[in-house]
Amino acid sequence: MKATLLRLTRSHLFWPCVTLVLLCLVNVHFNPGFFDIEIKDGHLYGSVIDILNRAAPLMLIAMGMTLVIATRGIDISVGATVAIAGAVAASLIGGSLVIKEGVQTYVSNTPMPLAFAAALAVALLCGLWNGLLVAGAGMQPIVATLILMVAGRGVAQLITEGQIVTVYYEPFFFIGNGFIFGIPVSLYIVAAVLGILLLLTQRTALGLFIESVGINPVASRFSGISARALVFWVYAFCSVTAGIAALIITSNVKSADANNAGLLLELDAILAVALGGTSLSGGRFYLIGTLVGALIIQTLTYAIYSLGVPPEINMVVKAIVVFGVCIIQSPALRDLLLKHALRSGGPA
Amino acid sequence: MSATPVLVMQDICKSFPGVTALKDAQLRLFPGEVHAVMGQNGAGKSTLIKVLTGVETPDSGEILLDGRPIQPKSVDEAQKIGISTVFQEVNLCPNLSVAENIFIGRFPIRGIAIDWKAIEREAKAALAALNIHVDVTRTLSEYPVAIQQMVAIARALSTEAQVLVLDEPTSSLDEDEVERLFDALRELKRKGIAILFVTHFLDQTYAISDRITVLRNGEFIGEYAASAISRLELINTMVGREIDEAGFAAQSAADAAPPSEYPFVTVKGLGAAGRMHPIDLNIYRGQVLGLGGLLGSGRTETARMLFGIDRADSGTIAIDGAPVRLSSPRKAVQQGIAFCPEDRKTEGIVADLSIRENIILALQARRGIFRYLPRRVQSAMADQFIKQLGIRTPDAEKPIGQLSGGNQQKALLARWLATEPKMLILDEPTRGIDIAAKLEIMDLVKTQCRKGLAILFISSEMSEVLRVSDRIAVLRDRRKVGEIEGKAADEQSVFRMIAGAEA
Repeated sequence: MKATLLRLTRSHLFWPCVTLVLLCLVNVHFNPGFFDIEIKDGHLYGSVIDILNRAAPLMLIAMGMTLVIATRGIDISVGATVAIAGAVAASLIGGSLVIKEGVQTYVSNTPMPLAFAAALAVALLCGLWNGLLVAGAGMQPIVATLILMVAGRGVAQLITEGQIVTVYYEPFFFIGNGFIFGIPVSLYIVAAVLGILLLLTQRTALGLFIESVGINPVASRFSGISARALVFWVYAFCSVTAGIAALIITSNVKSADANNAGLLLELDAILAVALGGTSLSGGRFYLIGTLVGALIIQTLTYAIYSLGVPPEINMVVKAIVVFGVCIIQSPALRDLLLKHALRSGGPA
Repeated sequence: MSATPVLVMQDICKSFPGVTALKDAQLRLFPGEVHAVMGQNGAGKSTLIKVLTGVETPDSGEILLDGRPIQPKSVDEAQKIGISTVFQEVNLCPNLSVAENIFIGRFPIRGIAIDWKAIEREAKAALAALNIHVDVTRTLSEYPVAIQQMVAIARALSTEAQVLVLDEPTSSLDEDEVERLFDALRELKRKGIAILFVTHFLDQTYAISDRITVLRNGEFIGEYAASAISRLELINTMVGREIDEAGFAAQSAADAAPPSEYPFVTVKGLGAAGRMHPIDLNIYRGQVLGLGGLLGSGRTETARMLFGIDRADSGTIAIDGAPVRLSSPRKAVQQGIAFCPEDRKTEGIVADLSIRENIILALQARRGIFRYLPRRVQSAMADQFIKQLGIRTPDAEKPIGQLSGGNQQKALLARWLATEPKMLILDEPTRGIDIAAKLEIMDLVKTQCRKGLAILFISSEMSEVLRVSDRIAVLRDRRKVGEIEGKAADEQSVFRMIAGAEA
C-alpha cells in the first residue's frame, strides 16, 4: 500500500493531477453545481464542459510547445501566429447572408476549406521562419521567436487593414461552438492532435530523437541524428498547432482582432508545459502532463471568475495561485517537506 | 611530514538506492604530503571525495579536520574551512573570462566596485605559478581543455587551502603540462599543504605521491607508502586478482590479423586551413591504425574530419576505392563509420536517457524515424551488450549518466557495435577509466578488429597506442611526420619522430 502510494507520488502526473483536483474542489466549494452536467438541446452542458472547450486552443498550442521545449527551445511567437492565422481565416471567409430564391443562405468570400488551408499554410510559414532562424541560423530560440512575436501582430494588422474583421458565415462557427454527439468540436480536434502526437512520439523514434537532441544535441548529432532538421520541423509543427488554435478562437468569437487574439497565449502555453512536468531545460517531455497543465490554467481562470474576483485584480490572484503551484511542484521544497513530515511523524 | 594528520576520515559509510558506495572507508592525510587514492571504477573514490567536499552527506562516520569534527554541507562550505577541490569534470563557466573564472564568487572589492585590475593581475600571477601564460581577459571557452583544467587548478590554489583535493586533474593534460602541474604541487607540498590526488595513471601516482590509499568496491583495502609497494602489487590490490599487463601485450601482438590487401579508407591530402595540414592515411580492415602525437598535434582534428564533423577544405576520402563526401556525421554513419569522441560527457552520452536508449540511438538514427525498433528488440539488444561487454548496472533502464566512466564508455562502444560498423574511430577511449576496465575495453577493441573491423585509435598514452596498434601514424604540429609498423615501434622511436629527429 505504502509502496504503491510512493510510486504514485513519483509519477510525473501526480502533482499536476493533485493541483487540478484541488482547484476543482475550490470550485465545488464555491459553486456546488460545478460538476453538474446536463443535456441541453442534445449536447452536454456544464462548467466542466465549458472549461474543456475553452481550454482547447491552449491545449493545442501547449502540445506544440512541449515538443519545442523538449528540444531545449522555446517559441514565444505562438500568440502572434494565432493573430496572423486568425486574420487570414477571417478575412478570407468574411461572409454575408443572402436570400436566394426565398431561402436564407450564408455565402463566404472564399470556400471555407480553402480559407482553412490558407490559414494553416500561413501558420506553417511562421513556423518555417522560426525553424530557419533557430536551426538554420543557430539563433537563440527566445531571440529568434521574439522577432515574429513583435512583428507578427503588425503583419496581422496589415491583413485586417487595422480593423476587427467580423465573420458572418454561419458554418464557420461550428468549429468553435459546435457539438458532435453532444461533445464540443474543439475537443475532437485536441483528441486528434494528441492521438497523432502520441502515435508519432511513442510508436516511432521521434520521441527518442527529440529527447536525445534536447538533452545533448552534440552527442545526438554525433550518433547520426539530423538534429537541425528535427528542430526545424518541431518549430514548424508548433506554429501549425497555433494555426489550428487560431481557427477555433476566431470561430468562437466570430471575429479576428489582430491586437488581442491569442494575446499572452505563449506564456500560458509555456506555463502549461512547465506545470505538466516537462523541464524547461529540455529532454524528457510529457504530453498528457501538458494537457493537465492547460486544464489547471483554464480551471483557475474559471474559478477566479466564478468567485467574483474583481476583474482588475484577477491577474494578481492568478499570479499568486501559479506561484503556489510552482512551489508545490519544486522537488527541493517537496524533499524539505517530506523530511519534515518524516521527522514529526516519528519512526515509521 | 609531521606526525599528526591534518585530515582524518573514519568509518565513512554511504549508500545510494541499490548500491553501497562506501563501507567503513578510512583516510588519513598529513600536512605536506601528496596522497593518492586509487581503485577501479566504482571503487568509491569519487564518493569519498564527494563526502569530503560536501557534495554528499555520509550516512555514518566522522571527518576530522585538525582534530575537530566537520560536516561540510556544500563545496563552498568545505572551501571556507580549508578544503579546496578540483573536480574531474571541469566545473567552470565557459562564457566568462579566465580571470573571472579564477575569482568568481570572491571578487576583490575596492571601495564599492569590483577591482578588475587586481583580478587580472592576480589571475595572471596564479597561472604564472603553474607556468601558464595566457591572456586572462579572454573567454575561457577559447582555450583548449588542458588550459581550462589548469585554470580550474589555479582557481583552487588561489584560495587559502589546508587540503587540496584533485580528482583526476591530469586526464586531459599532456606530459609537459602534467610536469608543470607536478612542479606546482611540489611547491605546495613545501608550503605544508596536504594534497589528495585521485588518478588512474600509475606513472603519475609513483611520480608524485608519498602515500597511497587503495579502495575496492567501496571498502578500504589499505594504506601504503608509495616507495614500499610495487606496481604489480598495487594493481593486484586494486583489482583483487592477478592481472598481467605484459601478457596482454604479448597476446595481442601474436594475434595481429593479416591485413587485407586494399585499404578500407584511403585519405589523400585531407586538410583544413588553420586546423590541419593535408594528411594521407590508409586504414585497413582488421587492422588498428594508431595516431601518435602530443596533445594538439592534430589527432582529434583528423578524426573529426573523417567523421564529417569538421569540413575538410582540401583532399579526398575514398571508401573501398570509391570517393565519398562526408559532410556530416550522419553521412559518415551511413558509410559504416563509427566514432567514440574524446569528451564522453558532452559529445558521447545522452545522460538522462537510459542505457537501452543510448545503446540503440545510433542504430535507430540510421534506420530513421519511422522504422522504430520495437521495445522488445531494444531491450534484448541492450541486455545482450550489457552482458557481452560486462557493463555493470542493475538493469538497462538506468540513466547512463549514473554509470561510472568505464561503463559509460562500454555503453558507447555498444552503441556503435550495434550499428555493425566497418570502421571505428576511438578518440581517447580509456580516458578516466581504471586499469581493469581499460584492459577490458582494449580487449574488446582487439576482438572486434580480428573480426575485420578497421580501427583508428587515438590516445595520449603512448604505451597504449603502441600496445594495440598494428601501424602508427605519427603527428606533430598538425601534420603527419611519419608512419611506423607497430611491431617495430617502441616509445623511443615514436618520440624521436615527434621530436623531429630522422628515425
